[in-house]
Amino acid sequence: MSPATGSVHAPARDRVHRGLRRLLETRVVGALTSPHGIDHYLVAAGVGWATAAPPARVVAASCATPGTITLTIRPAPGWRGHAAGQHVAATVPVGGARRTRCFSIASSPHRADGLVELTVKANGTGGVSDHLVRRAQPGDPIELSPAAGDFVLPAERPPHVVLVSAGSGITPVLSMLRGLVDEGAGGAVSFLHYARTPADVIAGDELAAVARRRPDWRVVVVLTGAARAAAPGRSRRGGGPAAGREPTGRFRPDHVEALLPGAAHAPAWVCGPVGLAEAVVAAWRAAGSSAPVHVERYALGLGTPAGTTGARVRFTTSGVETADDGRPLLVQAEACGLSPAYGCRAGQCHSCVRRKPTGAVRDLRTGDVTDEPDALVQLCVSVPDGNVEIDL
Amino acid sequence: MTATADPTTEVAPPRPPSRGAPHLDEAQLEALAADFDAIRRREMADRGEADAAYIRRVAAVATALQVGGRVAIALGRRRPVFWTGVVAAAAGRIIEAMEIGHNVLHGQYDWMRDPRFDSTTYEWNQTAPAEQWRHAHNVVHHVNANVAGFDRDLGYGVVRITDDEAWKPSHLGNPIAATLLAVLFDQAIGFYDLEAERMALGLVDPDEADAKFRASMAKLRRQAQRDFVVIPLLAGKAAPRALAGSLAAQLVGNVWGFAVIFCGHFPADTVIFQPEDLDDETRGRWYVRQLRGAANITGSFPFHVLTGNLSHQIEHHLFPDLPARRYRHIAPEVEEVCRRYGLPYNAKRFSRQFGSVAWRIVRMSFPDPMRPSRRRAAAAGGSPGA
Repeated sequence: MSPATGSVHAPARDRVHRGLRRLLETRVVGALTSPHGIDHYLVAAGVGWATAAPPARVVAASCATPGTITLTIRPAPGWRGHAAGQHVAATVPVGGARRTRCFSIASSPHRADGLVELTVKANGTGGVSDHLVRRAQPGDPIELSPAAGDFVLPAERPPHVVLVSAGSGITPVLSMLRGLVDEGAGGAVSFLHYARTPADVIAGDELAAVARRRPDWRVVVVLTGAARAAAPGRSRRGGGPAAGREPTGRFRPDHVEALLPGAAHAPAWVCGPVGLAEAVVAAWRAAGSSAPVHVERYALGLGTPAGTTGARVRFTTSGVETADDGRPLLVQAEACGLSPAYGCRAGQCHSCVRRKPTGAVRDLRTGDVTDEPDALVQLCVSVPDGNVEIDL
Repeated sequence: MTATADPTTEVAPPRPPSRGAPHLDEAQLEALAADFDAIRRREMADRGEADAAYIRRVAAVATALQVGGRVAIALGRRRPVFWTGVVAAAAGRIIEAMEIGHNVLHGQYDWMRDPRFDSTTYEWNQTAPAEQWRHAHNVVHHVNANVAGFDRDLGYGVVRITDDEAWKPSHLGNPIAATLLAVLFDQAIGFYDLEAERMALGLVDPDEADAKFRASMAKLRRQAQRDFVVIPLLAGKAAPRALAGSLAAQLVGNVWGFAVIFCGHFPADTVIFQPEDLDDETRGRWYVRQLRGAANITGSFPFHVLTGNLSHQIEHHLFPDLPARRYRHIAPEVEEVCRRYGLPYNAKRFSRQFGSVAWRIVRMSFPDPMRPSRRRAAAAGGSPGA
């Protein structure tokens, strides 16, 4: 077993919990607490913590830029860490419900204290993001899933890594940049970030510090909203390829040659709006580059555009996959030869409720779309809204 | 809404009016559905912190009553202490089964995504395995509510509740059958999904029935072992008293559950529907059937909690997956909708509803060739048997 992440007290606490559990897992206790089990009663009595592993907790919350919050979190013991660029599903109570949303981790995977940093942007939907931005405080519990995602650097670092991001899409590539700093990476790194105004640059001071520490790297911030660009790296280094006429506005192919000469021939990792990813790919191809451009789609919350059919529907337990034909998920599952439990087929009886690990579904009765990971879904009245996974 | 008919297609004969609302035309039925849908939509959207806090608090209270009741029974050398313990244990058990178990298994709290109240994994503290209950209750009963021959809750296969069921001499024992069902309610419901009456007709897959029987037996054993073996043994010298307390609490819970549930559908003025009413049933007709097949019991807040809000059977049947604590709040509005459409809203105090049910059970012990549904069947030239 690897030691628990991020807490020096974890081994002692684990021993206490294991001892308590042994006491509580005897047959007498099992028979006495049937059919719910002892945990049900401990939670009902408000002492669920006595035997459960302590949850992850927020240890610091700061308002980094307008409309965002940066949370520093101590993961639960046993959380297995992350690779730079990966995301976690964070679950918090919102309005009486446990609600979940995925966030890219912004911190370096090599942090000595084992803490994890997430930067969350309010999106006005009243969901997890808004709740965290408005309410998160040190001490709050927050459940973190294991880190996941293949938007990561190869184990053998390329000689030149290009990282491009815009707005809150900075988080996974910031994790990569921080990781490369901690590794003392010998290769070249080109970091290009777009933000509206200087105040909107997440971790702006740190980017400037990295630029000072690694003069061999290029760390550039382009402002899209104001008239003038501020480049923490470039302003220190003075001059540069585009001295005298700083690029501004959204990503354009000529930004690459102006700011990061030669970058188009190195592999790139891009996170931001769909338009940014497409533009970077186009720029790489226009430069005659065959270097890969990796795009983090997850942070944007899309697999395929919502509302189209032909999206992928995956039934996780059976491993069956099909193309969405627009019919209710129950019908589609049956068309795949699966035989899920069902009752009324009209949304009344809840016999066909299943867990939905990822993706979005639309309720045929209300038109409401649920994109929350792990929501419980009535298959008979739900149709996919883009790619979706169902535990079936 | 009027469909523009294609002149080449045959015009369907107008369907008979809704059995529960013969005075309403299709447009009015649609308007009624829109009114109920609006209530449903609003209440569903409003679910939140208050519902979550409520169900967690109820769970804590139910647990405290059961644990406290058991302790009082064990320590109850004096009679008042013992009986206080029995009442507390029974109340805790009733609340857990009705306000938590029944409602959680309807999926009323799935939106919370709390593993303690998740309908897909919740195993309730009753003999019936949760999966079987969800089939027998959520599917067979709620979907077919009050349809003769389809809704097995019309008498639970042992009590004659409607003259749609042909009279047999054995029905003379109707009151005795009902009393036995009341005394053994939890245990009988434990084997309810075996569909014994359909098994006798060879309509049930024997392998499936076998698996269900085993599951029910296993659950029955675990429940009985807890209440009648483990708890008395833990009471040490007070074991006989603890056993007596367990039996008493179980009996109180059984009779109470029976009484509340029989008051939900069988008082006078509830309507029994026919299988053809299910054909192409519109949303409006569905609401009418759920509404006319149910009856409310009026009472205080603690009374409603002790019935798991099944005292609001009408609201429950209209909105079975809405958190039940909301039924009380929407009841005046539902009643107002009923008044607007000239539909009866059957709400009376417990003694009236239960008396009406008891009278019906007695009456159904005897054949009566001139009951309304017989006249109806005779007029239609059909057989009166269900």
